[in-house]
Order: sequence, then structure tokens, then C-alpha cells
Amino acid sequence: MDSKRNARDVAKVVAPRFVLARCQAVPALIGRHEDFLHISGLAGAVYDLTALTNHGDHFYGLGGAMGAACMMGLGLALARPDKRVLVTTGDGELLMSLGALTTIAVINPPNLSILCVDNGHYGETGYQVSHTGHGVDLEQIAQGAGIKLTRTVASEADIADGARILRQGNGTAFVLLSVKPTDAPRVKLNLDGAVCRETFRRALLHKS
Amino acid sequence: MDPKINAGQAPRWQDQLYDELRRNNITQFAYVPDAGHSVLIDRSLADPGAHSVGLTSEEEGVAMLAGADLGGARGVLLMQSSGTGNCVNMLSLIKGSRFPFLTLITMRGEFGEGNPWQFAMGQAVEPVLKAMGVICLRIERPEDVLPSIKAATTMAFQSGQAVAVLLAQKLVGAKKF
Repeated sequence: MDSKRNARDVAKVVAPRFVLARCQAVPALIGRHEDFLHISGLAGAVYDLTALTNHGDHFYGLGGAMGAACMMGLGLALARPDKRVLVTTGDGELLMSLGALTTIAVINPPNLSILCVDNGHYGETGYQVSHTGHGVDLEQIAQGAGIKLTRTVASEADIADGARILRQGNGTAFVLLSVKPTDAPRVKLNLDGAVCRETFRRALLHKS
Repeated sequence: MDPKINAGQAPRWQDQLYDELRRNNITQFAYVPDAGHSVLIDRSLADPGAHSVGLTSEEEGVAMLAGADLGGARGVLLMQSSGTGNCVNMLSLIKGSRFPFLTLITMRGEFGEGNPWQFAMGQAVEPVLKAMGVICLRIERPEDVLPSIKAATTMAFQSGQAVAVLLAQKLVGAKKF
């Protein structure tokens, strides 16, 4: 019981970090989405990016395979050094694949950026508090993994700097975006991965 | 390659295997360190035309190779039989999106294994992979390595299948305990 009460106390203390509205903050931070090839993780992130890119052919979004997004971004960034790759993921997915941050930091591709939309909760399964909601700091974990270019964006004032970091290109960048635990835009998803793959490849490999 | 590392112990089939992978335009090598794959790992690290990526866990490699395919590149995942278990849910990415997939697996927990910890996963490799839609090609003799790897690259990258080449313990040799 004591540990449960302590966890609740921590959640209350960290709550003030989660103030931005994701529906505004994600588009503001990414800016011109056409500047990137996009990979998104499942749940909130795939809704954010489906809405932002309007099902764009420069976007591959996951509907499962939780934990895949960051490493897909690495494979794509290595395959296409001429393009900027942005991985958008959530706190839940990233917590499941923390090792990937260390693998990516070792390779450090300059054309890869990771945006973690952190609402401190598992929104898709009923808003259970995640470890970040209990105080785990994913920016510090990214730093500890060895990613040199990191930021936390937790207020309007941080957005311009965060947007710059995502496009900088000296090495892999990591931006932690803290948002309120509210739903991403509820747009219709394309859950047919094979169609997503085919569409993405046709657009990328036949155009350029 | 450093001749001291390789002196008289690495079978020639491992070098042939690497050359064949590169002839097939495989440029991304994802690996978890493994003695049986050491020649492939060292050659990929020394190869300026290849990306050699050490992983913390094998499922990272499954996702990485899917990303490579989106960008028009080809890759291979090098792992040990025990790593197969770490990949299971991630293989739903391959099956669901019909990504081509090639993995080379050095087997443990079979012919002459002296560590009982290796048997559970080693014996489960084929049924687990088959359950996830991965075709298994098993190699036991050095002379079968090259034809099998040619077959596997065709099946993966021409026909878009998920293929695992199992390098049997009879081929790679049992570790002494």
C-alpha cells in the first residue's frame, strides 16, 4: 500500500510537466511535414501523424509491433542518407524499446530525429499511468544512451528550439514533448501495413 | 581481415557467405555478438560499403531491416537460436506488412550441446519461426552453405518472403563446456 501511495504522490508532483495540448504542439513542432520521411509508432503517435500528413505517402505508421518505430527509423535513415527521417513515438512504446536508443546513439546517423510524445499515460488502453507519469525522464535516458542532441519541450516557449533541433542534422536528435493526457486527433487509420509499405516505397523509390 | 584472428580456424564457407550476401546488394548487417557469426560480423565492420549495427536485443534488428526495405535497401539479421525468441512479436511487422526478411541463425541446443540452458529455445526455433510465417532453410554441411544462401536471398528479395537460414550445430560446431 505504501508504495502505491508513494507512486500517486510522485504522479501529482510530475503532473505540472504535462500541460501542452498534443493536437497543437505536435504540428507546431514538426512544421512542414513534407521535409521528412516519417515513421510513427502505434497508438497516439500514429493518429498524430496520420492527421498531420493526411495519410501521406511519405509516412509509414504502425498499428502493432510495439517497440519497432525507432529501429525502423534507423534502418530507413541508413538506407537514405539523402533524406531526413523523423520517428514519432510515445512514452509507452519508447519505454518498451529503450535499448534501441543506445543502439541508435552508437551509430548516430545525422539524418535521424526522434520525437517522443510523452503524456505520462497509456492512452490507448484506458489511460493507465506510465512510468514517465511516475517521474521517469526519457530525455535523461536518451542522454545517458549517448544521444548528444536532446531537448524537452514542455511549454509554448520551448517549441521553436525543439523544432530547430529536429532539423539540425549534426547527429541524431531526440526531442521529448510533454503533453496533457488527452486523445490524439481521432482520424481513420490505414491499418493495412502491406498497403502502407507499398505506397511509401512507390513514392520514395520511383520519384527519387 | 586480420590474419591472426582468422588463422587456420574459420572455415572458408563463412567468407563465401559474406561475399554472396554482398553480391546480392545486402548493405545492412544487424547482429547480436555471436562466435558462430564472428567472421560475418568482422567483415561487415571492416567493409566501407556496409552498415554494421550491433543490437542490444534481436527484435531491434527485425524492425531495422523493415526500415531498410522502406528505403530500398537490403539487410540481414545475424543471431543465435536463443535470439529467435526475442523476435516473436516483432515478426508480426514482417508478416503484416509483407516485408522481405532474411536472418541467419547459428543453432544451439541440438547436436552435441553441452549446456542444458540452450535446449528449450534451440528446439523451439523452427516451430516458433514457422508459426510466425518465416520459412526455415537448415544447413548441416559446408558445401550446402553457398547454394542455400543463394536460394534464401532469391526467396527473400525477389519473392518477398521471410526466410531464416539455420546454421546447424553440426556445421558450426558445439561449444565445449
